[in-house]
Amino acid sequence: MNFDVLAIFQIAGIGFIAAMIHTLLKQSGKEEYAHWATLVGFIIVLFMILRLLGDLFQEIKTTFLFQ
Amino acid sequence: MEIIQIVGLGLVAAALVLVLREQKPMFAFLLAAFTGLFIFLYVVGKIDAVLNVLEQLADRSGIPSIYLKTILKIIGIAYIAEFGSQIVRDAGQESIASKIEFAGKILILVLAVPIISVIVETVLGLLPVGS
Repeated sequence: MNFDVLAIFQIAGIGFIAAMIHTLLKQSGKEEYAHWATLVGFIIVLFMILRLLGDLFQEIKTTFLFQ
Repeated sequence: MEIIQIVGLGLVAAALVLVLREQKPMFAFLLAAFTGLFIFLYVVGKIDAVLNVLEQLADRSGIPSIYLKTILKIIGIAYIAEFGSQIVRDAGQESIASKIEFAGKILILVLAVPIISVIVETVLGLLPVGS
């Protein structure tokens, strides 16, 4: 359980850092780079969630006799 | 005292979501989805023991195992559909969420058809023939 709890803080941290980078890039006039940075952060978090989602579906399949 | 851990986790995650929503709503949504997934995954592992007991009871009372399997599948479908629709509803897509629930209902109905037909056949067998 411990590692995955850390993942929650990781996601929140990635969100904050992405917001910060977005603001910085926007203020220095690089609007399009800001959007790309946000998108990359989003995709990283999305992959973390997809892995957990795969685990969950596998668990439900084995628990509820879906095979 | 796992419930304390889970409640604490939920509270912390909710606070983080609230702060994060101001900056980036996307990440707030992902964080909420992740927390829900995590708690769900944590609890699903516990159901295993209960299901084993249920299986033993069904074995002992001589119920055909196909019925129990169908019921367990229905429960699984209900959990997954509920979970998915709530996450999608969190994202603000009410119509997609209701379609997911609809699909869950249909799939449950499809799984229940053999049991319904058995019930109908039993009732027909109880009726006096020819009257």
